[in-house]
Amino acid sequence: MSEAHAAVAHQFEGLEQQRDAATLAMWIFLVTEVMFFGGLFTGYAIYRASYPEAFAAGSRLCEVNLGAINTVVLITSSFTMALAVRAAAAGRSRAAIVCLVLTLGLGATFLGIKFLEYAHKYEEHIVPGLNFTYSGPSARQIELFICFYFGMTGLHALHMIIGLVVVTVMVIFTARGRLAPPKDTPIEITGLYWHFVDIVWIFLFPLLYLVDVHR
Amino acid sequence: MTHQPLRLRTYVVVFVTLLALTGLTTLLAYLDLGRFNLVVALLIAAAKGFLVVLFFMHLVQTAHRTQFVAAAGIFWLALLVVLTLSDVLTRGWFEQPHGWSAIESNDSADQSGIRAGR
Amino acid sequence: MSATAARVLPHEDSGTREHYLNVRYGLKSWLLTTDHKRIALLYLMSITAMFFVGGAFAVVMRLNLLTPEGQLVSAESYNKLFTMHGLIMVFFFLIPSIPAVLGNFLVPLMIGARDVALPKINLLSWYIFITGGTLALVSAITGGVDTGCTFYTPFSTTYSNTHVMPMAIGVFITGFSSILTGLNFIVTMHTMRAPGLTWFRMPLFLWSLYATSVIFVLGTPVLAISLLALGAERMFHVGIFDPNLGGDPLLFQHLFWFYSHPAVYVMILPGMGVVSEIIPCFARKRIFGYGFVAFSSVAIAVISFLVWGHHMFVSGQSVYAGLIFSVLSYLVAIPSAIKVFNWTSTLYKGTVTYETPMLYALGFIGLFTIGGLTGLFLAALAVDVHVHDTYFVIAHFHYIMVGGMVMAYLGGIHYWWPKISGRLYPEWWARLSALVVFLGFNLTFFPQFILGYLGMPRRYHAYPEEFQILNVMSTAGASILGVGYLIPLVYLAWSIRYGPPAPSNPWNATGLEWQTPSPPPTENFETTPVVTEEAYAYETRPLSYV
Repeated sequence: MSEAHAAVAHQFEGLEQQRDAATLAMWIFLVTEVMFFGGLFTGYAIYRASYPEAFAAGSRLCEVNLGAINTVVLITSSFTMALAVRAAAAGRSRAAIVCLVLTLGLGATFLGIKFLEYAHKYEEHIVPGLNFTYSGPSARQIELFICFYFGMTGLHALHMIIGLVVVTVMVIFTARGRLAPPKDTPIEITGLYWHFVDIVWIFLFPLLYLVDVHR
Repeated sequence: MTHQPLRLRTYVVVFVTLLALTGLTTLLAYLDLGRFNLVVALLIAAAKGFLVVLFFMHLVQTAHRTQFVAAAGIFWLALLVVLTLSDVLTRGWFEQPHGWSAIESNDSADQSGIRAGR
Repeated sequence: MSATAARVLPHEDSGTREHYLNVRYGLKSWLLTTDHKRIALLYLMSITAMFFVGGAFAVVMRLNLLTPEGQLVSAESYNKLFTMHGLIMVFFFLIPSIPAVLGNFLVPLMIGARDVALPKINLLSWYIFITGGTLALVSAITGGVDTGCTFYTPFSTTYSNTHVMPMAIGVFITGFSSILTGLNFIVTMHTMRAPGLTWFRMPLFLWSLYATSVIFVLGTPVLAISLLALGAERMFHVGIFDPNLGGDPLLFQHLFWFYSHPAVYVMILPGMGVVSEIIPCFARKRIFGYGFVAFSSVAIAVISFLVWGHHMFVSGQSVYAGLIFSVLSYLVAIPSAIKVFNWTSTLYKGTVTYETPMLYALGFIGLFTIGGLTGLFLAALAVDVHVHDTYFVIAHFHYIMVGGMVMAYLGGIHYWWPKISGRLYPEWWARLSALVVFLGFNLTFFPQFILGYLGMPRRYHAYPEEFQILNVMSTAGASILGVGYLIPLVYLAWSIRYGPPAPSNPWNATGLEWQTPSPPPTENFETTPVVTEEAYAYETRPLSYV
């Protein structure tokens, strides 16, 4: 009668308490991530307030088309992730796997486009610390902007990579039948993480790509 | 927290709205709204964020306690940004004491930069 | 014989009963444990080691300061000494101390649970701590860091030639240990309380740990990002804080202090929680104003995030921001003062006895009050202009951290020692060392208030001749204090083997942790307890209690 993996861990009184604890834990973790990214947003805020022209010039060096496409890609991946969570909760494991794999594909696409952007910046010699040779007015402050560009999107990309690894693990576990309800909590909390990463990008896109593009 | 799952329709509506808002924010960026470009962009981003949090992350049907946790996170970030900005934006507000002068910025293009002088 | 003197059970033999210490033997059973009690002991050993490492740096510093020329070590070495002393003591001793040791041990016991919500994450947090600590020690051994424990830019990013990177990475990594601990405590307290244990029946120690955990979760990530940015600037020469690129060194300070000020409340809140447990027990009286003490813990946690600019009054921050931060800093003193009033009101007309935990708790109240009041001096912008970066600041925070926190930590260790080890410590040796600590502490740090007021700067290896007498007094006090810290090391270790076995409730105290044997079984309770009374029901209890 005992399963290979007990449904309820020994410290909990029951499944409900366990689910409750896991969900609250993930939300609190996401709050720590808000504060973590928040430090970079704070730096961005004060430098944009101090150097509005330079930040606008720096933003014009970013490729709006690729940024917009990536935004659509990531939002779609959030949609497929939400569908995956919904399917898993209803016990439809095949639908869940399809949606998770779609999420993986879209996430990988996002990273591919990001890599392309980074490669373009390398070719244009505007990677701070490596080959930044932009010259002209406010060159130093534009370099500061590009630092934030790489720092914020880089940190975001790192979180996406981790997310992709976790989603892959979820695909494997679901395929093995280990995440049928009521044991589908891991997929739910993976979803929470993935959506958070999406929200960070939702803010990064206008702040990095859309500053004064009307010039 | 056992709850009724959201209808598929809800997810689709939210998804389509998110795409529409993305298009909107990109289009509006190409209009010259002066200072309001930033305001509009942040408002749209906030709206998108809310949609994701409330519906994709199910916060609408999660316990009040968890909603409070999420709100606290946003509030704390706001504290960090606002109080830090309260320093940076008010550095020129008071008269320099006699005998001190600001160090001129080397870069002529951006005089609105942070004053290094004391 | 007073009701609180530890009672010895002559015939209890904890050697044959199974409990968390003897259930399994061997290194693997400790290094792979998920039992919160064993993890607490793993932390106990790590932070004790770190305490003496940090203390060693302080010893050399104080020896160097015996003479005005300060020629025991070079100026450069002295810079490294005070940096390493601060970093090790703050990040690897004070911040984890009570939460990771006493908190990990007691939180599940106090709420009537079998373990914390996330036991494997708990073990992970210890390994993260060890990793970060190892990196910090590597940095120390290979030459140390001289930036001051505050890592101010651009010195730390551009001009310092010392091993900043491993140290910054070590502190960065260790931050995640606190984040996970805080997360674990919050989830545990919200979701796993025993039936009948409402929030307002919880021991105040738990309220203080809850407030501490809120700070861990909200503040530590900002330190993490500031250290990450510092590392990026140092390694890749990208100028986020570099004025040459238009960067603002004050941005680093804002991000650093946004965490580091609440961090000092992380360091004191658990100590206040311990005092809130000890005072009612040894005054045989319910705590005065439970609600006020509980809410003041939360208030401290919240307001602590609003005052960080008081570390930056003279650093180039705008005067306007300085005004705001000064006013808010006065506000944050109020909840702390409320606690002090409540503790003293609890003592009033109580039946007070002076066992070792009580001695430490009483010492805490007095010394914390002095430290806290001097904080108000520093919060006044105009005063701070004169005493900033002097020994006045050093004395202020050592009164709170050492006179307050370390004494509360020792008080808590002694109070719960019977529960943790199943043995009683020798009371008279313990009282003696408490006294030695108290006297040594005051002799060390009171002269530093005077030195700071007279203008002796901090972080200097040498000083003008007229300050020598006070410095000699301070060093003499430090040597006495050191002895006071070494004595418990000896008798506590001795008691593990030779101390008399402890009953479940040697102090006749209230609280769920005392209703299980000493030491507790692995699962803590035979059956999940049900709580029916308030937290400190001392006055409704008969004096003799089994």
